[in-house]
Amino acid sequence: MNDDDDRRWLDEPRNVTRIVYGLAVLCALTFAADLFYTKHPHFAVEEWFGFHAVYGFVGAFALVIVAKVLRRVLRRDEDYYERGRDDG
Amino acid sequence: MTANPALLLILGAAGVPLLRGLPRRALMAAVPVAGLVLLWALPEGAASGLQFLGLELTPVRVDALSRVFATGFLIAALLTMVYAMHLRDTLQQAMILVYAAAAVGGTLAGDLVTLFVLWELAGLSSAFLIWAGRNERSHRAATRYLAVQLLSGLLMLAGIVLRVRSGAGLEFGHLGVDAPGGALILAAIGIKCAFPLLHSWLTDTYPEATIVGAVALSAFTTKFAVYTLARGFAGTEMLVWIGIVMAVFPIFYAVIENDLRRVLAYSMINQLGFMVVGVGIGGALGINGASAHAVADMVFKGLLFMSVGAVMLRTGTANGSDLGGLYKSMPQTAALCMVGAASISAFPLFSGFATKSLIMEAVGQEQLTVAWLLLLFASAGVFHHAGIKIPYFAFFAHDRGYRVAEAPLNMRAAMAMAAVVCVAIGVAPSLLYGMLPYAVDYVPYTTAHVINQLQLLLLAALAFTVLVRTGLYPPELRSVNIDADYVYRRALPQSWRALSWAADAVRGRVGPVLRRRGGELWEITTGPLRPGSRVARPWSTHLMVWWTALLLGAMLLLAFL
Repeated sequence: MNDDDDRRWLDEPRNVTRIVYGLAVLCALTFAADLFYTKHPHFAVEEWFGFHAVYGFVGAFALVIVAKVLRRVLRRDEDYYERGRDDG
Repeated sequence: MTANPALLLILGAAGVPLLRGLPRRALMAAVPVAGLVLLWALPEGAASGLQFLGLELTPVRVDALSRVFATGFLIAALLTMVYAMHLRDTLQQAMILVYAAAAVGGTLAGDLVTLFVLWELAGLSSAFLIWAGRNERSHRAATRYLAVQLLSGLLMLAGIVLRVRSGAGLEFGHLGVDAPGGALILAAIGIKCAFPLLHSWLTDTYPEATIVGAVALSAFTTKFAVYTLARGFAGTEMLVWIGIVMAVFPIFYAVIENDLRRVLAYSMINQLGFMVVGVGIGGALGINGASAHAVADMVFKGLLFMSVGAVMLRTGTANGSDLGGLYKSMPQTAALCMVGAASISAFPLFSGFATKSLIMEAVGQEQLTVAWLLLLFASAGVFHHAGIKIPYFAFFAHDRGYRVAEAPLNMRAAMAMAAVVCVAIGVAPSLLYGMLPYAVDYVPYTTAHVINQLQLLLLAALAFTVLVRTGLYPPELRSVNIDADYVYRRALPQSWRALSWAADAVRGRVGPVLRRRGGELWEITTGPLRPGSRVARPWSTHLMVWWTALLLGAMLLLAFL
């Protein structure tokens, strides 16, 4: 396969890093945006500065870490349900 | 009898195997469109009834609730038919139309018997979409699928019988859990709606369907169940908590699941959870939210299944561990997949944003803090696994060297149409809001809502990025994760095998002893009666006369007493 022909902008690690920084800047902007509007919340927690941002980050992070731990309990080989079929 | 869009679809299905080439494709596209036209031409209210075996049936009843769901089903049918046009397998194409007819007819059913018949037809016709894989694995999966669907139908039938015997009649309106048969009907719906612990048929069998079949399956059965729930059990408080469990637990599975179609199946349960919460809250806002989100879900979940299906068609696999870098070969599919991903994640300007927020608003107005926090967590989670994981592992991540053709033209057309619907609902929510059962007094695009949603999603994306860059993100591995299907795929068969083995062992050990002892007992008890024994010897005449006299005397005595 001729890989050199098919190198794209995204194949350059530097560019991926740029995207990551871009995302970080966007996140910072939305976080700071909390200064500039009035909230009409249903719940008290929504009043906290940057609540949705913090909650989104912590929630997603915790989700992956917990799922990773759960995998130790739940994971089986790919043919788990097919094994022992021959006698059936 | 009045016109019924479901009958039209069934007639169309009968025509599909008779045609080939362009006429067949034209028919496949025309039938759902004609169904839509007919649906919207029907007047509101119940059409004249029909007598059958002494039962008063109402096969067609149009109101706002049934019309919005039926409209969604017909749009989904159109998208699926376009997606299926390249197939030579008319069985699948015809069965998708029958399946869609069952869902459309079911939502229009005004009585419980019609509902039950179409409930069963939906289960039966959709099983063909799994069987159509035509191999050992799909055969087994379809059998498991059909068994669960029939169990659901049986429960519903039992519930209907109890209801009719109690004199509540056949009309399909609000049922309630406490009414006679209500709990059984709720259990029947709970199976098809994938309530927790009843859910595993969905994640077990949907990913075993054919490429086209999975798209059809994703649209109809579960949303038909949501409709039935919204009609029969609106405002049942228990459903709020059932829905929250449904929204939360599958996202953990979705993160570690390798088969991308199974990831989508888990994320479907997560989305159904939001709808069930909406039904549980009830009222105008809750039912509006559940209906709107159900219709949006038929389209964006269909779009995601279509894009993963296209990848599967071209590469032969849907495993995250084997895919990556496909944006180079399938850029259009990748872009359309991301529209679906943005819609399910409820990004502003995409359909999920306009529909899911109705449910969140209902939860907010009810002041259910814990419920709201958990649903917000589930929203961040769905972006994480469906919004990022699906496009990332299929089209980006590591380039696995696939250099394949773009998806077939009809598939791309179907995906593009679905994407247009997603964006249209997102940009102009009033298109969908206008169809909802109750008047909508809610504005999704407020500064606070848009910013809060962007904060939630962008920071969740940042968390994903941090985890991937630091290597903490769990890699995609070839594996299966055990779920509730463990019970019937492993535990029950194993216990049955253990039981029969134990029974065999017991027979081997105890059997001979019992047989010997039994023989001995037989010998002892029958001994006196054998030839040569005391009783069987020839008796002398005078002994016989004595015995006769004794017996007659005893009889005489008894008669006098």
